[in-house]
Amino acid sequence: MKLFFHGGGCGDSCCLRVQDLSVKIGSDQILSGVDLHVHCGQLVALIGPNGAGKSTFLKAILGQVDHDGVIAFSSPGQRDRRPRIGYVPQSPTFDPGDPVTVADLFACCMSKRPAFLGLSKAMRKTVLACLERVHGEDLIDQRVGTLSGGELQRVLLALALEPLPNILILDEPLSGVDVEGIGMLMDMLDEIRKTYDLSILMTTHYLSTLEKYADQVVLIDHTVLAQGTPSEVLSSLAFAQVFHRKGGV
Amino acid sequence: MDVWYLFCRLLPIEMLRWDFMCNALLGVLLMAPLFGLMSTMVVTGRMSFFSDALGHSAFTGIAIGSLFGLASPTWVAVLFSLAFALLFSFVRSRSDHTADTLIGVFSSTAVALGIFISTLGGSSFTKYNKYLIGDILSIAPGEIGMLALVLAAVLVFWVFFSNRLTLTAIHPQLASSRGIPGGLSQTLFTAAIAVVVTLTISSVGLMIVNSLLVLPGAAARNVARNLKQYHLLSVLFALAAGIAGLVISYYCGSSAGAAISLVMAAVFAVTFCFRKGRK
Repeated sequence: MKLFFHGGGCGDSCCLRVQDLSVKIGSDQILSGVDLHVHCGQLVALIGPNGAGKSTFLKAILGQVDHDGVIAFSSPGQRDRRPRIGYVPQSPTFDPGDPVTVADLFACCMSKRPAFLGLSKAMRKTVLACLERVHGEDLIDQRVGTLSGGELQRVLLALALEPLPNILILDEPLSGVDVEGIGMLMDMLDEIRKTYDLSILMTTHYLSTLEKYADQVVLIDHTVLAQGTPSEVLSSLAFAQVFHRKGGV
Repeated sequence: MDVWYLFCRLLPIEMLRWDFMCNALLGVLLMAPLFGLMSTMVVTGRMSFFSDALGHSAFTGIAIGSLFGLASPTWVAVLFSLAFALLFSFVRSRSDHTADTLIGVFSSTAVALGIFISTLGGSSFTKYNKYLIGDILSIAPGEIGMLALVLAAVLVFWVFFSNRLTLTAIHPQLASSRGIPGGLSQTLFTAAIAVVVTLTISSVGLMIVNSLLVLPGAAARNVARNLKQYHLLSVLFALAAGIAGLVISYYCGSSAGAAISLVMAAVFAVTFCFRKGRK
């Protein structure tokens, strides 16, 4: 994987630059010739039909799949360090019977002390501070398997925000969340990126949220077909062709 | 051991007049936390069928050891179980079959090989009966020492690896996205199951050993609300069932392994009844 920091070209405001990215799995060409710039503090939404390669694109950025092309990061004031990426995976489901609370989940991810011994006071305080970012302090002692779709996304978001990342990547964060929860989650993401000055890259099928929240929309179907502001992409010929051909989203 | 025997004699308990019962009690006190602890991960990681298959492979290892004329074929069984577990993990990572199909393939092959070897040249299978039923009353001080070492090793492993094991078991994709490697801890846990099953098979029996790896965790899962309660209850249930089962077997003259397993099943039934309404 080619991974390096880049400067210039975007006036130092470019947080992630992807150039001529291609991914091949077996004999299937999943992505080819993908170019994308994400500027610091932006919320960028990836849209496209099922099987377009959106999740694969995110995995390439995370370094979880082999790829060709360039993925470059820059982060103001942290040029000598690898950028931190927070990731919320797609369709996270937990067994409702597993006796694992939200606090246990955080401890398993963040603490060196074994979670089965219980949380130290300091760790519990840290978990509460993390959950406060997503207004979820009351969820700390609930079992993860009993959380609703929206609550679980908030918990995983809180987990992805510790330590605070430079880029937050979310794969279909709105799937499994009810209509009321979608607005709440998007408001929260908007608040988080403004408060912590981080970039957000997310895939979504909920096009109605784009106009209000996204700075940039990228239409992908194995390659980038259109990118720009939400209104530019949603009114583009490529958008009409893709979604009419595929029968909508 | 002399100190232990002395301690047992001081207790006003009739069955502890016998050295073999003192040995059995100490064996149970070491085995119970071992099974209780590992049971939590076997249940959470949906590995109960796999641990059952490991028990069968241990029997095959014992048959191979006996074939080569070894008086104590346990170590051959440990090695065979380890090889079985690692080969299974290797094939599973490179196959599109589901885990239960592959476990069925490996388990049946191991059993067939074990029976084939043990009956080779018209040999009688009878001498292997003790491995099927097990006899904790004949546990030797050397085996107890080995159990203590294994318990210490598993405790150390648990301290360092239980967090990542739990995360990998409940959500492998999340663990992977956090950069938590599941491979090493999973392999070590698999190896630990292989060693524990093989070392205890002559005490509790092939047919029962798996129930001790599943029931404590399953019963604790019925009522536990968090990981701490889950581990604590699983170990306590295993200890209580171990001691109660030993006492029952002493007075009924039946297999201790079976009695322990039955008490555990009763604990599961009781906790299942109290399962409703928990949040």
